[in-house]
This record gives sequence, structure tokens and C-alpha cells, in this order.
Amino acid sequence: MEYSIALSKPAALQEPRIIRYLLTFIALAFLAFFIVLPLVSIFITAFQKGAEVYFAAITHPDALAAIKLTLIVVAIAVPLNAIFGVMAAWVLTKFNFKGKNLLLTIVDLPFAVSPVIAGLVFILLFGSQGLFGDWLFAHNIKIVFALPGIVLATIFVTLPFVARELIPLMQAQGTSEEEASISLGASGFKTFWYVTLPNIKWGLFYGLILCNARAIGEFGAVSVVSGHIRGMTNTMPLHIEILYNEYQFSAAFAVASLMSVMAILTLVIKDIIAWKSKSV
Amino acid sequence: MNNVSLPKKSRRIIPGFHLSLGYTMLYVSLLVLLPLSMIFIHTMSLSWTEFITIITDPRAVASYKISFGTALVAGIINAIFGTIIAWVLVRYPFPFKRMIDGLVDLPFALPTAVAGIALTSLYAPNGWIGQFFEFKIAFSPLGIIIALTFIGLPFVVRTVQPVLQNISAEVEEASASLGANRLQTFRKIILPELTPAILTGFSLAFARALGEYGSVVFIAGNMPMKTEITPLIIMTKLEQYDYAGATAIAVVMLVTSFVLLFMINFIQWLTNRRFIH
Repeated sequence: MEYSIALSKPAALQEPRIIRYLLTFIALAFLAFFIVLPLVSIFITAFQKGAEVYFAAITHPDALAAIKLTLIVVAIAVPLNAIFGVMAAWVLTKFNFKGKNLLLTIVDLPFAVSPVIAGLVFILLFGSQGLFGDWLFAHNIKIVFALPGIVLATIFVTLPFVARELIPLMQAQGTSEEEASISLGASGFKTFWYVTLPNIKWGLFYGLILCNARAIGEFGAVSVVSGHIRGMTNTMPLHIEILYNEYQFSAAFAVASLMSVMAILTLVIKDIIAWKSKSV
Repeated sequence: MNNVSLPKKSRRIIPGFHLSLGYTMLYVSLLVLLPLSMIFIHTMSLSWTEFITIITDPRAVASYKISFGTALVAGIINAIFGTIIAWVLVRYPFPFKRMIDGLVDLPFALPTAVAGIALTSLYAPNGWIGQFFEFKIAFSPLGIIIALTFIGLPFVVRTVQPVLQNISAEVEEASASLGANRLQTFRKIILPELTPAILTGFSLAFARALGEYGSVVFIAGNMPMKTEITPLIIMTKLEQYDYAGATAIAVVMLVTSFVLLFMINFIQWLTNRRFIH
């Protein structure tokens, strides 16, 4: 601590004021152009033709069908990936076994795959020329260009989110609390419910929020498997694309503004969770 | 030798190993491995020469150049500005800092299609920003770079930020007390600490940008040979029911992505090793 006496001038540890102002200006200008301006433009363009056009766009039957489909897909994909995330994190952090790193890499794999390819693989499995195509056709089961395909593609692209949040968290927490609980006679399930779950609560919420946001907004993968049937297999992002390509800009931006509100809510909830998990 | 019977395997105290391992394996096998393996199985139906012809088709090659080139430029822009943003957010006070910090994650939360149409309308020739420029921004490679910069920004900021927070003031104090000026301290002390994080952030942003589809298709203009990205080639081939062609191009993209993933893990392994020493 002798250093601090010798270094009574904090100026040596700080950049000159002009540099500080310049860097702050560059950072804020960059964020203004790339983040704030696009966000603002969505809401302004959405209301450009007045509130009537806006509400007509978001209450149009096709838009409502897209909202409903998106919510159904999210309601199936997110809980499945949440259960998977907890299971995968449990096995990868509480035990040591051969091939652990390989399994960890496989869990991460969907992050490295382009969404278009994520959609393509399900076409190759369940499409008319696909591996199960003939069998599915014979039994009159539709997977691609229908709800199951959209759900599968969404599960694929959002698979790592919950697991990725939980693994570092549970690794840091170790196994001593669970071991104590088990040695005191609690069952495995009771240990999970009363010891592990409270510890990972905020991490789990955080992963769910990210998974949810991506599931709602996924475009590439869903676009490949949906078949673009209006009012049937269009999710909200696909509905926006159709409106945009038909030059119905105000309507496209109206639906986009709904999704932006969801994105902002996601950020706010994420911030609350980050704050809560720090204060616990 | 005493005949104390030791358990043959070290017993696991915590239950649920078989259940959770089985469930995890089943889930990733059905939803990741089986679907992904279809790409490689499907390519087998092509002969080697057919495969080479498809992936070296001039239009495909042009798309690799566009996808790699724009992803690389966007990654470099993000590496530079992402580091500056992380620096400013960690070290300098300014109003609304918490809110601005939260906004950095917007590209993670905003659907790519929404980002795509918003950026296109801003940078189109008659858009709020596009109208001030003589040359085209949207519908040119420049537009693709802007979209890819947008989606990649949080990766660099969020990997550099915690590292910057953890650099202790003492090393900087030591450097300054030994007579180094601020720039020397930054170049010799701080930058080497940050480099692995910047590289990781860059690779993540680059990998994401390579495969990005949603935001790019709107702003690119999608002109063959000029602004057509590789994922769009796959999409177009699919729409023409050319499954073999689509999978061949997909193999090229997948192999590239896996190499990138491997590099990211390698960088992280190097970084961890540095910290352990």
C-alpha cells in the first residue's frame, strides 16, 4: 500500500479529459446510430399513417393468427428447453464422466449453425423427399409446412439458452449443499426442489427470458419450414416480412412495433433479474 | 494385503445421474445430432465432382466472398467500437448510464426481421440517414455490414466488459509509478489483458454474422453476384426443391462454423491457462 502514497495524483491513472470526452462521445454516438435510432424509427413509422391504420394492422385476422401461432410455438418450445436446460446443467455440473466436454460442445452446437441450415435439416428429415417423407405422407401426418415443423425449428435454435445460463452458475455453486441435504436423508427430488432450485432461480429466469425472446423472434429457421401459408403457418416475423414485401410499410412497422415492445420488456425484466440476483 | 472391500466404483452421492444423462443424450440426439447428420447423409448422395461443381459455382463463390467479407468487416467494426463502448461503460460516468448499458443487449432481444426492416428504412436512399449520402447504403454490401454490425455488437461489449471490470487498479498504479504514460500503460498492460476477450467477442460476432439471414435479406437487395449472401443461396435452392444443392452449400457453411467454434474454444482455453498460471 506504499504505492498509493507515492501516487497521490490520480491523473496518472486517468486519461486526459479531452480523451475521456472523445471516447464517451464516440461510444454514445455509435449506440445512438445503431441502437436508438432504429428503435425510434420503428415506432414513428408505425404511427405515420395514424392510429387507425395502426390498430387495423394489428387486429387484422392474419396478424391475429400470426400472434396466436407465435404464442403457441413459444408455449411449447420454451418449457421443453427449460426442462432440458435444467437436466443438462444437472448432469454436466454435478457429475464427472467421460465425454463431458463433448456433450457440452453438442449442447452449444445450435449456436454455431446458421438458422437457415437449422430449418433445412428438418426439411431433409420430414419433407416430401426427406428421410421420413414417404412414411409421413402414407400416414397423412404433416410436420414441415405445419405447426410441428415450426416448433422443432424453434426448439433447435433456442436449445442452448437455458443450459448455457445454468451451467456456469451451477458449476460455481458446487455440490456441497446437495451432498449435505442427501446425507441428512432428503430424497433426490426434495434436494432438487428445496436446495438446488432456489439457488438457480434467477439464472433459470434469465435463461428463460433469453430463450423466450429468441423463440418469439426467430425468422430464418422458421421461414424455411413454415411454407408461408397466410393465416395458417405465418409467425409474427414472417407476417412482418409479407407486409413489408407488399409495400404495406405502416402495417409492417405496426406489427414490428408490437415485437419491439416485447423486446424492450425483455430488456427491462432482464435488468430486474440481474439486479435481484446480485442483491440475493 | 488386508481384505477391506473397497467399493469398485466411486459411489455417487448425488442421485439422478443416469436419468439426467439419459434424458440429455436423448434430447440432443433427437433434436440436434440426428437432424444435423441429415446434412452429411444427404451430401453422400452426390458424387464428389457434383459436390465440387455445386460449391464452386460462380454464384456460390461470390456469395462466400460477400458473406465472409461483410462478416469480417462487421466483426472488426464491433471489435473496435465494442471495446470503446465497454471501456466507457466501465470507466466513465455519464447520465442515464444504466439505461444505455441495458440498451446494448437490444440486438439480442429484437427479432432480426424487425431490425432488418428498421435498418433498411433508415439507410434506404430516401431514408432518414440514407438521404444524406450520394451513394447507396441499403441494397449494397455497406448495408449488409450495417445489419451485421447491429446483430454482433452485444457479443464484443458483453465479453470485454467483465474482463475490464476485473483488471485491478494496482497494476495500472504500478505501471504509472514506474514512469509509464497513459498510452504506454494501455498498450503494454491493459490491452494484452483485454485481447483474449476482444478476440472471443469478435469470433462470436463473426460466427453469428456468417449465418445471419433475417436482418440481412431486407437490407441487402439480394442481387446475385453482388449482394447475395450464402444463407440466401441455400434458401433459393430449397424453394426450387434443389435439396442436394442446398445441402452441399450447407456443408460448406457448417464446416466453416465448426472450425470457428473450435477456434473460439481454443482461445478460451488459452485464456483460462493464462489465468491459472
